[in-house]
Parts: sequence; C-alpha cells; structure tokens
Amino acid sequence: MLRFSAVLSALLLGPVLALAQSAPDALRSRELVRMVRQDCGSCHGMRLTGGLGPALTREAMADFPLDSLVAVIFHGRPGTPMPPWKAMLSEDEARWIALRLQQGFPQEFPSGDPK
Amino acid sequence: MKRREWLATAASLSSLAALGGLAGCASAPLRGTGDLGAVIGRANGTLYIVDTSTRALLGAVEGLGDLSHASVVYSRDGLFAYVFGRDGALTRVNLLEQRITHRVMQAGNSIGGAISADGTLVAAQNYTPGGIKVFDARTLELLADVPAAYAPGKLSRVVGLVDLPGRRFAYSLFDADAIWVTDCSDPRHPVTQKFEGIGRQPYDALVTPNGRHYIAGLFGEDGLAMIDLWADQPTVRRILGGYGKGQQPLPVYKMPHLRGWAVAGRHAYLPAIGRHEVLVVDTESWAEVARIPVAGQPVFVMARPDGGQVWVNFSVPDYHRVQVIDTRNQAVIRTLEPGKAVLHMEFTPRGEAVWISSRDDNRVSVIDTRSMATLARLDVPAPSGIFFTSRAARMGF
Repeated sequence: MLRFSAVLSALLLGPVLALAQSAPDALRSRELVRMVRQDCGSCHGMRLTGGLGPALTREAMADFPLDSLVAVIFHGRPGTPMPPWKAMLSEDEARWIALRLQQGFPQEFPSGDPK
Repeated sequence: MKRREWLATAASLSSLAALGGLAGCASAPLRGTGDLGAVIGRANGTLYIVDTSTRALLGAVEGLGDLSHASVVYSRDGLFAYVFGRDGALTRVNLLEQRITHRVMQAGNSIGGAISADGTLVAAQNYTPGGIKVFDARTLELLADVPAAYAPGKLSRVVGLVDLPGRRFAYSLFDADAIWVTDCSDPRHPVTQKFEGIGRQPYDALVTPNGRHYIAGLFGEDGLAMIDLWADQPTVRRILGGYGKGQQPLPVYKMPHLRGWAVAGRHAYLPAIGRHEVLVVDTESWAEVARIPVAGQPVFVMARPDGGQVWVNFSVPDYHRVQVIDTRNQAVIRTLEPGKAVLHMEFTPRGEAVWISSRDDNRVSVIDTRSMATLARLDVPAPSGIFFTSRAARMGF
C-alpha cells in the first residue's frame, strides 16, 4: 500500500517536478513574456491575434501537439518566415512558452511578477 | 432686472463668440500642421501628437485599439492622420483638434495603408481577409473591396501597398508571389492588372520617389522584384538576384521594411534578408554597387531627405544600435545607442534632425544629424512608429 502510494505520487508528481526544475525564475519569466509579446509580436501581433504569422491565442494553440509547438519555437519552420529561436532560448524555455501559449499567454506587467 | 441683465450679458457674449468664430478660432491661435507628426504608443492604443519645431509632445489621442505595427498616412493638407491598426481599424484623427473624427473596423488583421495622390482615396492592406479596401478619405465610406484571391477560396496576405499617380495602388501578395496594380479612377469599379511569378514570398515593397519603379523585397529567395511602371508594357525583372551567393542565411527575427526613403541620389539602399548587410544598387543600371557590413540585420534603411546619409536600425537582438552610413563612400561613420529596442526613425522634413523611438526605454530621442548630439528626449510609453506630416507631400508614403 505504501509502495503503491509512492509509485502513484511519483507518477503524479514526476511531470510537475520536471517542470519545476526547468522552470525559469521570476526575472527570466518576465523576460520571456515580454519577448513573446513584443518580439514574437512583430509577426504574431502584440495581442498574439496573428499577422504575417498565425494567431497564437489559446483557441488557436490548444489542439497543436505540445512537442511540435516546442520544436517550431526552438527550430523554426523552414520555408516560412518562422525563425529558430534557439539562439535566444533554451529548449526548456521554449517548452515553458509553448505550455503557456496553450493555456492562454500571460499579459505583460511592467512591474512585479507576471500573474 | 437681474435676470434681464444676465440675458443681455449672455446675448453679447454669444455674439462675441460668433464674431470670434467668423474671425477664426477665438481660443486657439491659428497654426499650420507642417511641423507636426504622430508617434504610435503601441502598448496603450494611443496616438501622441508632436511638434518637430519645439520638439514637444502636444497631446494624446486615445482609443485607437491594437496599434502593434500601426502606420499612418496624411491628408494632403496635413490636418488628418489616417491610422491603420493591427486589429483592422482605420481611424481618422484631426491633429489640431486632437480628436478622432471617423473610425471603421475594416478588417480582422491589417498591416498598413496608402493615400491617393489627389488625397481622395485611402486604401488599407489586409492580412485577414487578404486584400485591399479603398475608402473615401473624407468619410471613410467603403468604395472598393479587392480580395487578393489567387486560387479558389484562397486569399493572400497583402504587403507593400503604395500609391501611384492616377488614383492607382500597387501592392504585393505574400502568398501568391504576385504584384497587383489596382486602378481606382472609378473607385466603385476598380480595375486590377496582375503580375504573376515575381519571386517567392514578397514581404514588403517600395515605389521610388519619382513613381517609376515598384520594387518588392523577397523573403523566399535572394533578390528583389522590380517593375518599370513607365514602360509601355510593364514587366517584372529581378534585381540583386542571388545576393546571398548560396550562403546559409541567418534566422530572420523581424521582417525589414521598404519605402521610398531607400533612395539617396542615384542609389537605393536596401536591407539584405538574413544578413548583416545593406545592399546598394544603382537606380539607372540596377547593378549592385556595394554591400555595406552593418551591426545586425537591418529593419529600416532610411536615407536622410538630402541623400547624404543613410540611417539603419536592426532586429532583435541588435536593436539597441543605430548606424549611420555616409553615402559618399558607402561607409558606416557612426554607431549610436539611443535606447533599448529601437523600433523606428523619422527625419524632420529637411533632415536636420532624426527622431528615434526606443520602445523599452519609453523614449523618443531627437538627434542632430550633423553633430549627432541628442537635442531632446520625449517620454512616450512604448513608442513605435513615428510619422511626420511631410509624408503628405511624398509619393509612396
């Protein structure tokens, strides 16, 4: 019984811990939110409603496979204007961004933590 | 008695006001708009109105929606700014009254616009739905809708819209590798001439200041597509073809912008895609003249109105810098760091000063183009595009 619980909690907590280990700190999170809103925003719109690049709203991203989304951010999409962002991001940070896009991307807050 | 006195006073006050109205505006002194301009506050949907003589902020007009990538054209009299918002809004602002006079939601996603040479038509270029729409410049009534339909059920995103003489507009179809020229001399019945197969993925375009050459930059290949609009039978030809010479391009984090400001004297200065270079082409022979190494990937490559200098800003991560090229010897003579995230530059009408927006420093800097001294700094929240009314007098602006 005890063993079963341990396995269960490992199963449940595993992904959470993995995410926590790779999660950017508060300062870097703010930078990433700003980067997505402002720099990705030059093609996808500051409100992420699209432009030369497609919309990145929660509705648009929800059905996109997470790993593919991470790959597009990190490696780009050859043949389209989507560049690889790996010179400016780690793969974990690309995953952090991808997850948040699927949840509805946070707004930028000029001061304090993004909520 | 008291009431009668009050009425008499009120009557003479209102007749004074009427006289004042006849004589001009009693409250605000008359002034022109030739030294005015607008700065886009991209984060707060606000248009900031500026005076380039006093280098001061005159006022702010709020409520313009999503202004990321917003741009402005001006009425011929320089009184009205037409603001094209990302969210598809087209807004007409009276600069002197500092208020919105007309506003329409004309598309789902818009990227800019143009005004006809006679000042009667304003055209918007749209991503969603892909195409252009043409409006009455006084009322913003829709006159023409030209969907960029290039295949059954497919609309292309439109870029590079410019005005041409004779109530015509030229623009490029990013998804269709095409350039279209729409004649709106009868705006309710527009006639479109189509040039196909111009090169892969045109991303923006310009018309030279004389209105003769329309040049579209290509994202999908090295080179630009050019049309001589003065030819009896205009055709598309390639210029600067293969400028990358097979080298792997760098990631392009931001699309460059093209406008008639590229032309300085007989040369055009153009951003290379995916390279830290400015390309120089002779506008008589269309042969390559030089490649100028610069500090990053160019976004705006803008000639000072006299053509003596060309100023360049860059995409992320090099957008804290601005470089100045001397056009006599095609060399970078100065690297400036006016602030974080430089998004745009605009010269005063005769180019003695340049205004530069630094988004992340919430600042617009005014810089003397001879001494390079900073003449003024204006506090503007997240400034992006800067547009002066002198654009009203220039073709392709």
